Amino acid sequence: MKKEKSSNVIIKAVSKPFKGEAGKTGDWRSQTPVIDQEKCSQKESCLLCWMYCPDGVISREFPLEIDLEFCKGCGICAQECPRKAITMIDGREAPVE
Amino acid sequence: MATSAAKLLPKEEYILPGTRSCAACGLMLTYRHALKALNPGKTIVAVPASCMTVLHGVYPVTPVKTICINNPFGATGAAASGIAAGLKALGHDDYTVLAFAGDGGTYDIGIQALSGALERGTNFLYICYDNEGYMNTGTQRSSASPAGAITSTTPVLSKLQHKKNMIGIIEAHRIPYIATASPSFPLDLFDKVKTARDTLGSRYMEIHAPCPPGWGFPNKDLIKMGKLAVDSGIHVLFEIKEGFFQLTSRSLNLAEKGKRKPVADYVKGQTRFKKINQQQVEALQDFVDKRWNEFLERHQKNS
Ligand SMILES: Cc1ncc(C[n+]2csc(CCOP(=O)(O)OP(=O)(O)O)c2C)c(N)n1
Ligand code: SF4
Ligand code: SF4
Ligand code: SF4
Repeated sequence: MKKEKSSNVIIKAVSKPFKGEAGKTGDWRSQTPVIDQEKCSQKESCLLCWMYCPDGVISREFPLEIDLEFCKGCGICAQECPRKAITMIDGREAPVE
Repeated sequence: MATSAAKLLPKEEYILPGTRSCAACGLMLTYRHALKALNPGKTIVAVPASCMTVLHGVYPVTPVKTICINNPFGATGAAASGIAAGLKALGHDDYTVLAFAGDGGTYDIGIQALSGALERGTNFLYICYDNEGYMNTGTQRSSASPAGAITSTTPVLSKLQHKKNMIGIIEAHRIPYIATASPSFPLDLFDKVKTARDTLGSRYMEIHAPCPPGWGFPNKDLIKMGKLAVDSGIHVLFEIKEGFFQLTSRSLNLAEKGKRKPVADYVKGQTRFKKINQQQVEALQDFVDKRWNEFLERHQKNS
């Protein structure tokens, strides 16, 4: 049997990028952010919520959308919005309109 | 040119949602914007045991879209040196080697490997995210923890020593670029990581990374706490290019006209300081004032 050259033997223990590596982290939430689109400036000149969300789950396009499958409910976006357009409501679900 | 608005930050995200990091993690916000300033397709990250390992996920998946090598706790500087040497040997000069370690992994156990790498002039960027303790293993004291803080290894008297002057140690290596930053000022952070990326040789950054569960403050106050640290001079934002010191961002504004907030305002919002007494607050204020005046003097000499 031909001996394989050691340089050809590559052991691959490489992780691949994956959304939800820790599962659906939205399940961690006890409060849920709700955006009032009328109050939001809808202006690119703001985007503070987008910038400060550690998990990067707020869209950058207006009207803004929050990915509630993964939002951990920290409340930073609501705290930092200069127009008070985001409110944290109790529970894991956003109210149905 | 200085980045002046959120919309100027790159849109692309390099951390996929659904990570293991706590809600409101200052480290995660730091890493999110640092990656935007790098070119993650051309970056290799060396990460020691820490909350950063946890963020990077469990085999066979990771939320982060960049190559990462996990190294032993004390070996980050050495691991990064090896990666840099390998890239050089293969002629890949378009990659950035990023070492990204906590304060425990930097100030304490990793200091030897880091000093060695800096002394050799290794071509890499070392970022220390400073959450002021060994958070991953349950908030033990590090030499970066502030005096007066309760940690799981200083539970009775709180920590008696002030934060170590790590920047002074780094400066003694005479490397081309040193900077501090904070995720509460992401535009300043982004600019500095970009400058560091484009500088050749050893670069060091220290980023203050508030940790709500470790410090004991509400998640929603992450940004506020980081700002308060800068406004009180607990953390100072500056850049040292080839030995040339300059205050930046909010710290520059404070030097020019503002008035620093008392450190008492900063400590009162965090349960880790619940045992701090008047004398300790005064000692902390004194420590912060002296350091601020040193920085101010250096800044004024250069402006
Ligand atoms: C040699 C060694 N000692 C101890 C540990 C256990 N350990 C894993 S992470 C950690 C704390 C890391 O603290 P720091 O570097 O400040 O990063 P943070 O967890 O705060 O992000 C410790 C002690 C280890 N992995 N290896
Ligand atoms: S609550 Fe926290 S995780 Fe959710 S969108 Fe707001 S800032 Fe992001
Ligand atoms: S911070 Fe508030 S006003 Fe600004 S974009 Fe976000 S929701 Fe709109
Ligand atoms: S313990 Fe602190 S630093 Fe570690 S993941 Fe949680 S918030 Fe982040």
